[in-house]
Amino acid sequence: MSNTTFSKEELERYSRHLIIPEFNIAGQRKLKEARVLVVGSGGLGSPLLLYLTAAGVGHIGIVDFDVVDDSNLQRQVLFGVENVGKPKVEAAKQRLNGLNPHVDIKVFNTMLTSENALEIMKDYDLVADGTDNFPTRYLVNDACVLLGIPNVYGSIFRFDGQVSVFNYTDADGHLGPNYRDLFPEPPPPGLVPSCAEGGVIGVLPGIIGSLQANEVIKVLTGIGKTLSGRLFVFDALTFETRTLNISKNPDLQPITELIDYQQFCGISTTSNKPEATSVKEISVQELHQLKKTNTDFQLIDVREPYEYEIVQINGELIPLNTVIQEAGRISKDKKVVIHCRSGKRSADAIIALEKNFGFENLYNLKGGVLAYANEIDASLATY
Amino acid sequence: MSKIIIPTPLRKFTNQTATIQTNGTTVQAAIEELATKFPDLKQHLFDQSGTIRSFIRIFVGDDDIQSLEKEATKVSQHTIISIVPAIAGG
Repeated sequence: MSNTTFSKEELERYSRHLIIPEFNIAGQRKLKEARVLVVGSGGLGSPLLLYLTAAGVGHIGIVDFDVVDDSNLQRQVLFGVENVGKPKVEAAKQRLNGLNPHVDIKVFNTMLTSENALEIMKDYDLVADGTDNFPTRYLVNDACVLLGIPNVYGSIFRFDGQVSVFNYTDADGHLGPNYRDLFPEPPPPGLVPSCAEGGVIGVLPGIIGSLQANEVIKVLTGIGKTLSGRLFVFDALTFETRTLNISKNPDLQPITELIDYQQFCGISTTSNKPEATSVKEISVQELHQLKKTNTDFQLIDVREPYEYEIVQINGELIPLNTVIQEAGRISKDKKVVIHCRSGKRSADAIIALEKNFGFENLYNLKGGVLAYANEIDASLATY
Repeated sequence: MSKIIIPTPLRKFTNQTATIQTNGTTVQAAIEELATKFPDLKQHLFDQSGTIRSFIRIFVGDDDIQSLEKEATKVSQHTIISIVPAIAGG
């Protein structure tokens, strides 16, 4: 029998749990004794942390290296305007302490890496994955496998959400699949954009993160049937939901150590931007100078019309996917500066135009409209 | 005749269409029909040897085709084929 006890304040706070017959004080005691690490305190981390703290999980760790940004507030409901510019873990701890003083919150203001993951994660019973990139997802998974702890997984993109419970050993001792059983390898860089690049509907992480929190509570207390061996898939646009069966992959190489996950995901720090270096470039300062001196040049914006509506710098709008058909609108006789949001799509446009039409007068705006907003004109919105 | 559900990340290759009806009687035939209809999708679904890429899972009904007859899994008029790719946003 556990020695864990509850104060009068705690009993009153958790009373709606305590009167559920299959949960009761035994379930609440398991929550209070539990140690949960939430990796990422963003869109998914916000509802996860709020609900797990409110529910009375006794010890919660938070890993995040980021600071709160204005663009987070559309979905990261853990934070407010007053937190902008502050480390997320500090802002989160302050908010969660206010929500439930009976919960011990420990923060790690760092990026989770192959070097520190096992050291940070070894003190926890369970990890909830709220990260926003493939390298960290594989790292979290592999570290959970090595430590033998469950990984409550959630992931989102635009209108799509996924939830599962990986590496979970059930009451009969049966070990369920892990993330690599489902996806042995990540997609090549660039195919599946991040939320920062591809966008996400703000409510979706609230839905998916809340489902993760529910799975965390089920795993910790042993009630119900977890999503181990199943993948829940949600399309917020059509409201199609599916719960798909997944199983262990007998061909999967055993996970024996943590690796270089940037390299595994094809993200090389030295050679991943060949396009950016193979086209001629111009800085935002040089562009600003061209404008100020009334130099005769053409400015082309290859973003989408909906991006143009957010912010624009008087370029002619020719979206990347129409640039070949619209090549006739682009001058061959004077300097042409091509830009997008951050410089990748405009480099692709230049490569395509040079290859197909032999342009020699095209210059890619380094850092795109974001750099222009940050370095030249602070009145412009960034996104 | 089966219905293929296209996930958001791949809809840019299907003119934003979310579901596609196909006539193939196996998963292989249905997916190939899809790739023929939307050629840009092909390189994202199959590797150079024609195998479905490892960051994409195909489900027939609720089950992964790896636990059925793989690409040879039979499909009928009411079968729903789901393409589920890895996504990483958080």
